[in-house]
Amino acid sequence: MSEMVHPEDNKRFSRFNIVAGAIVVMGLILTVLRFTKGLGPVSNLSDYNPWGIWIGFDLLVGVALAAGGYVTSAAVYLFGMKRYHAAVRPAILTGFLGYALVVLALHYDVGRPWRLPYPFIVQPGTTSLLFEVGACVALYLTVLFIEFSPAPMEWLGLKKARAIVVKLTILLTIFGVVLSTLHQSSLGALFLIAPSKLHPLWYSSYLPVYFFITSVIAGLSMVIFESTLSHQYFAHKMDAEHLAEKDTLPLGFGKAAAFVLAGYFMIKVVGIAADNNWHYLATGYGAWFLVELLGFVALPAFLYAVGVREKNVRLIRWTAGLTVLGVVVNRFNVSMVAFNYHLPAADRYFPSWMEIGISVFIVTIGIIAYRFIVTRMPILYAHPDYDAH
Amino acid sequence: MESIYSLQQFMAFTKSVIYGLVVLTLIAMPAFWYFLTERDDD
Amino acid sequence: MSISRRKFLGWMSAAGTGALLPKHLGAATTVDFSGYPDSMGVLHDIVRCIGCRRCEAACNAVNELPAPAEPFDDLKVLERKRRSSAGVYTVVNRYGAPPTADSAPLSGASPAYVKKQCNHCLEPACASACFVKAFTKTPEGAVIYDAKVCVGCRYCMIACPFEIPAYEYDNPLTPEVTKCTMCHPRIVEGLLPGCVEACPTEALIYGKREDLLAMARRRIGKHPDQYVEHIYGEREMGGTNWLYLAGEPFENLGLRTDLGTTSAPKLTSGALGAVPIVVGLWPVLLTGVYAMNKRKEKLAAEAQAAAVAAAESAAAQTLTEAKEKAAADQKAALEKLKGEHEKAVAEAVEKAVSDALAEAAAKADSPADAADGDGDATPDGETGAAPDVKPTSDEEDA
Repeated sequence: MSEMVHPEDNKRFSRFNIVAGAIVVMGLILTVLRFTKGLGPVSNLSDYNPWGIWIGFDLLVGVALAAGGYVTSAAVYLFGMKRYHAAVRPAILTGFLGYALVVLALHYDVGRPWRLPYPFIVQPGTTSLLFEVGACVALYLTVLFIEFSPAPMEWLGLKKARAIVVKLTILLTIFGVVLSTLHQSSLGALFLIAPSKLHPLWYSSYLPVYFFITSVIAGLSMVIFESTLSHQYFAHKMDAEHLAEKDTLPLGFGKAAAFVLAGYFMIKVVGIAADNNWHYLATGYGAWFLVELLGFVALPAFLYAVGVREKNVRLIRWTAGLTVLGVVVNRFNVSMVAFNYHLPAADRYFPSWMEIGISVFIVTIGIIAYRFIVTRMPILYAHPDYDAH
Repeated sequence: MESIYSLQQFMAFTKSVIYGLVVLTLIAMPAFWYFLTERDDD
Repeated sequence: MSISRRKFLGWMSAAGTGALLPKHLGAATTVDFSGYPDSMGVLHDIVRCIGCRRCEAACNAVNELPAPAEPFDDLKVLERKRRSSAGVYTVVNRYGAPPTADSAPLSGASPAYVKKQCNHCLEPACASACFVKAFTKTPEGAVIYDAKVCVGCRYCMIACPFEIPAYEYDNPLTPEVTKCTMCHPRIVEGLLPGCVEACPTEALIYGKREDLLAMARRRIGKHPDQYVEHIYGEREMGGTNWLYLAGEPFENLGLRTDLGTTSAPKLTSGALGAVPIVVGLWPVLLTGVYAMNKRKEKLAAEAQAAAVAAAESAAAQTLTEAKEKAAADQKAALEKLKGEHEKAVAEAVEKAVSDALAEAAAKADSPADAADGDGDATPDGETGAAPDVKPTSDEEDA
């Protein structure tokens, strides 16, 4: 609650500052390169592989991992799980930062970023799922900004504005869930148009459903994952309600994640059966598919369940990490590993170090922004002047 | 409206109308909910 | 810790609705479209192609594209498989061993040359995928691109099943997608596409798509030994305006036969159809779940308030009774004490009076004893005064 920085944090954060500073300098240099030389010199993108990690990681993974905002606010405000109330603000903050960074990353990826509003102001291509994604991401970013705004308003003492926003909580939460359902699923639906390019084990008419359900899984797991990190690095910023959640939140969210994972496992198997793709399981891609399905879906479902049954919070925290990694693996598989599976190895994509550098740069900006905000605004504690709504 | 020869044209037209309806829905639903519950005594 | 049954059902039905919607809507489109009537196309008869690359040169010239690294008369480029790229709208690839002086006539394994360019789909995937409508299917048959609105998201390149659109990756500020236009500007002027005009062997024939299909069928019918019975592009991905005839299966010639016949807009119509349904029904479901929980909370709060009130009133009643009883007890005690006190006082007074009377009687008997009687009165007074003091202090304590 105090603005005092703990002495031990000082040491840790100065190390953090050096690393983050170096990454930011590298990112700025790469940014200059990207916008003066073009996409070609900094990336391994090609005519066969127009989408690389800036779409596969920054967009697909970024949006999925930012799902904690709508999942948590829906659980607390709509589904009545009031006891996780303290988790809403950090989740909304990471969601807002996540989406803001997704939009930032798109500025690197598209050829003429200053035209990004064109679909909405010049000529809407309504038959495109990308139009749907763009519209929802833009709207949802706005919703997240408004949902997040009470924190800076409390920080700045804007009581009247805050009161108005707080009144809109339920409306904004429902908007958030609707928009998230739409664009999370539409990110999967983007690939429906290319059945000949995505390996049959990953291509399915259920792709939008898979993407939506995995976003719920990612959201639940990210909230556990983030709370783990927050309790480690920002515990001195937390009030009693947050500190009390340290163990109850992983148990509750872990239980939900376990059951959603179980349902997701079932519909993934149904997807193979629906297209009669069993025989592909015996191939190399099949082995990799099984690694994803068993190692990153079935295993975390089981580990979460064991953790919940035995009240083993440590196990749940590790499982959250595994699950988040599984969502990353899934998005990479759909957008890169299993995409263009028919092409010879020479025409396949692997990111250049500069593409990875930009992605690391963007993630670093997110961490810096998160740290800036939680050390100043009432995120991990309730502001003393306002009662929890 | 010029005549339509392809599914692409058909969808471009119908989806434009539908997106308009979607925006309308997003505005109308909260308004109707407010109308519905305005006189509730809680 | 446990999730209540209602919450659980809420979650499950929520997930279920989302999962079922796209499937229901997939079959929603009942209207059929056959494309622009009399649209034009090109028939590429692979059997007649000699791989001279003059079509490539003509394409480069009429579209004013940048000069290639290797000149168009250099046939060595046929050694590797090429594809369309930035500023290269069309390429010719060779399939099979190159013809050599001693093998050519009798081997029967003469190579096939396949010209690759935009196939100008009847239902173009690029147009379906573009979120700024930069691609247009013209009534003449060409699919053309408008760079003035292009954002450069490259989703068209993801969507194209024939891997045709290319991107100017090295252009930092004004990169464009480049692809064959079927020489649309020339067509509207009444000219032939550049490649067709340049072809020396009539391996490329320009005409109405319907006529070209009929011609292709005639050729297959006439020379079943020379052609496989498949007009590539008649049905692939919903059909294309560029059609192919070949002497061997198309999958051997770099033309994929596993694309299916479903057009691109149909592939996405289910997912797009779910959008307004989610917008219409999610708020209904979510508001319902919210209202249910709110009501449950309200009832719980009321029940809690009632329970608290009941407990409080019960406690208050007990307290009042206790107080009353205490007061009554106290009163009784006081009265009892008061009675005792009065009795004691009366007794003391009585005793004192009788003593005084006795003394007076004794004094009357002997006046000298009267002075001693004062001194003796003290021990008497102690016993007489004792009951007098005690009740007083008791009264003060109470």
